[in-house]
Amino acid sequence: MPSADDIKQRIEAALPEASAEVEGADGVHFQAVVTSPAFAGKTRVAQHRMVMDVFAGELGGSIHAMALTTKTPS
Amino acid sequence: MSENQLRDAISEAIKDNDVILFMKGTPEQPACGFSARTVGVMQALDVSFASVDILPDPRIRQELSALSQWPTIPQLFVGGELVGGCDIVMEMYENGELAELVGADASAAAPADDDAPAAQEGLLQPENRLA
Repeated sequence: MPSADDIKQRIEAALPEASAEVEGADGVHFQAVVTSPAFAGKTRVAQHRMVMDVFAGELGGSIHAMALTTKTPS
Repeated sequence: MSENQLRDAISEAIKDNDVILFMKGTPEQPACGFSARTVGVMQALDVSFASVDILPDPRIRQELSALSQWPTIPQLFVGGELVGGCDIVMEMYENGELAELVGADASAAAPADDDAPAAQEGLLQPENRLA
C-alpha cells in the first residue's frame, strides 16, 4: 500500500520540476496539490491527466481516489 | 442501441449543446454530492445548460468515459471540450475562469435550436434548462 510520501516521490520523479504535497493516511485515498511549470498553457483537464497518467492502472484499483489540485509556479 | 450508436449519440449531444453536464440524477434531483455541487455552480452563474442523467443505463457512463478519457462523473463540456469534473469546475468557478469560459461561449453561440438533436432519441435525453 503506497504512503503519501511514495505518491509524492512518484509525481515529482515523473513531472518536470514538480513539487507535490500529498495527504492520505489510509493508503487508498489521497489528496495532492501539485505544482509544475510543465502545466503552463494547458487546460485543467490536461494538467490533471498528466498527474493521473503517473498512476495509470492503479487509480480505481489499488489507489481508490486522488483529489487533485494543479498549479503553475507563481 | 448498440455501444457505437450510444457513443455517437453522446458525441452528438456534446457537439449540439454548447454547455452540457453529464451527471448522476437531474438538476432538480441530483443523486450525488459532486453532481449537486456542479449543478449549484452552473445555477450560480445563471447559465443555461443541457444535462444528461447517466444513471438509467450503465453503458452511458462507460461510453462517455471511453470518449472523454475521464473516469469520473460529473463531466462538464463547454463548446465541445471537456472542462472537467467537480473539483476543476469548483476551482474555475472560484477564480472566475468558468464565468469567463461560459460567458464568452454563450455570447458567441448560435441561438438554441429547438428541433431535436440526434441525442434526443433513445437513452440520451439532454434537457435544455434555464438555470
